[in-house]
Amino acid sequence: MSATTAPAQQGIYHKAGSLRSERRWALWTAYLSLIVSAIIMLAPPVYMLLTSLKTSAEVADQSGSPWWVSNPTLENYWALLGNRMFIDFFLNSAKVTIAVVALTMVISVLAAFALGRMRFWGSQALATGVFLTYLVPDTLLFIPLYQIVGGLGLLDNAWGLVLVYPTLTVPFCTWIMIGYFASIPKELDEAALIDGANWMQMLWKIFIPVALPGIIAATIFAFTVSWAAFVYPTAFITTPSEMPMTIGVVSQLIRGDTFAWGQLMAGALLAALPPVVIYAFLMDYYIAGLTAGATKG
Amino acid sequence: MAQVSLRKVIKAYEGGVQAVKGIDLEIADHEFVVLVGPSGCGKSTTLRMIAGLEEISGGDIAIGGTVVNDIPPRDRDIAMVFQNYALYPHMSVYDNMAFGLTLRKFPKAEIDKRVTEAARILDITPLLERKPKALSGGQRQRVAMGRAIVRDPKVFLFDEPLSNLDAKLRVQMRTEIKKVHQTVKTTTIYVTHDQVEAMTLADRVVVMNHGVIEQVGPPQELYHHPATRFVAGFIGSPAMNFIPARIEEASGALNVVMNNGTTLAVPEERVARYRPYAGKQVLFGIRPEHLTDDKTMDKSNLAPLSLTPEVIEPMGMETLAHFRHEGTEITARLDPSTPAEVGKPLALIAHMNQMHIIDPTTDKVV
Repeated sequence: MSATTAPAQQGIYHKAGSLRSERRWALWTAYLSLIVSAIIMLAPPVYMLLTSLKTSAEVADQSGSPWWVSNPTLENYWALLGNRMFIDFFLNSAKVTIAVVALTMVISVLAAFALGRMRFWGSQALATGVFLTYLVPDTLLFIPLYQIVGGLGLLDNAWGLVLVYPTLTVPFCTWIMIGYFASIPKELDEAALIDGANWMQMLWKIFIPVALPGIIAATIFAFTVSWAAFVYPTAFITTPSEMPMTIGVVSQLIRGDTFAWGQLMAGALLAALPPVVIYAFLMDYYIAGLTAGATKG
Repeated sequence: MAQVSLRKVIKAYEGGVQAVKGIDLEIADHEFVVLVGPSGCGKSTTLRMIAGLEEISGGDIAIGGTVVNDIPPRDRDIAMVFQNYALYPHMSVYDNMAFGLTLRKFPKAEIDKRVTEAARILDITPLLERKPKALSGGQRQRVAMGRAIVRDPKVFLFDEPLSNLDAKLRVQMRTEIKKVHQTVKTTTIYVTHDQVEAMTLADRVVVMNHGVIEQVGPPQELYHHPATRFVAGFIGSPAMNFIPARIEEASGALNVVMNNGTTLAVPEERVARYRPYAGKQVLFGIRPEHLTDDKTMDKSNLAPLSLTPEVIEPMGMETLAHFRHEGTEITARLDPSTPAEVGKPLALIAHMNQMHIIDPTTDKVV
């Protein structure tokens, strides 16, 4: 009996051993590549943080290691926060972003619901068309948009940005929402129809609550894009009082060839703070929203 | 409560494919009608047309005497239970059941009364505060039924409601559905591919195939008097045996003669009916339960024959024996105490009172 079972057992253990070593190898590779990519990703923000804590003299001093702060100071931050203009940049960014996010979500949720759920002639082609517009880069789009925004008399006005940012946000958010709505079973709308809901009630009472993770993902995307937009404000805004954070910091803290590095870095970090906070709280929803189409079929 | 009428109802898709080819059906008030057939036979499409979820390409559908062809689902006063339950995942069981009534602006007290009553009927009162994801499959299906009951609609529509449940639960829920119908008595149209569900639940069964109705009738009638070969083969499990044979006349009596020469006498009262087929090739249809061993109460019109089993399946309460005869599979239902052995000829008797003759040119039962 034992003579016949021994080789089989050995076989099983051998296999288990090889699985374990394979798993260990996979873990090591995963850790190694994660560490390397974390270093690459984190180096710039860490360098920004270090530089923002230095005085101008220390930034200019080439003798020590640039990765070391000998006399840390918050003077760059105080200088910025005490500057009325900087506060205006921040408020402009907030104003434009909130308006863009609201506009984007209204348009893209309605569009995605119509394109994804109310099957009508050409809906498929329209959905593809929406995505294709996302492939046109803003570095090309700003030329015709300049004409349009100029024609509307909104050049050099923060509200003009509220009109143009959705060209970046609406297509992608609509696409995310179409994917998310597609993952909701068809029977759910049929049940709602039979229960007596009209299309708006179905959207409001069933689709929006059920698709909340997708909506949050799309909101975060719209927020990030409009908060970090650079090309459009550079092209359309010249008056400092109308500038958002992204170009305000750059235009006001670089005079000719003089770079106020400490303040530039402090400004960039402060500007990056709101997206970081939002991601930290809503990360799980963001991932769930982006992968909805892939996993729920 | 209402009767439902389908008159020459057609469903055609782009490209001219017809899923439903002009069916006529009258469903009486309080009746429980089951549409049954293989997948793709048009039964679900028919149900969805009654619900208003599919447009009607031709003909009329009337609910309670009103033609509803152009009336949207919400105004047809129907309730539907889906195969995958289709519960609203973000709402509690209570809110799921109350949703339809809330949309119809029922007073709060009335909603509460109806939901509580439906929950009592379905035995889900302790679950009212839970979300659907915290329920088992059977509980979800009860909630889906509750959502239909609270509306007190004219017609209940069930679209394969038990297909997602495991075998044991399916049997349990089948009984539940029958009980609920006996309590609320709402006209019910139920779609399934499972002929056992159809037989056990229905007042009348509608057998569909390739977009047409093959036969409509009470379960027993379909079982004993199938109109076509399809119905004969579809209703009953295991399926009816169809054995190629000839009808031969011998001194005024008729015999069914199988290809190997086995001769089975046709009962006297059927001779007149089958005489036009004398000398012709037909299909001899007999259910496995009527092809059995000699331990039976009914002693009239028995015809002995001998076959050699290929496979024996003991089921406990009965034993199934499978034979191969001239390329045709034959199944017999035996008493479990019969000592049947594979490869050893077995003496069987055919209950010729229960025989069927199918005309192979028309596939109609004679």
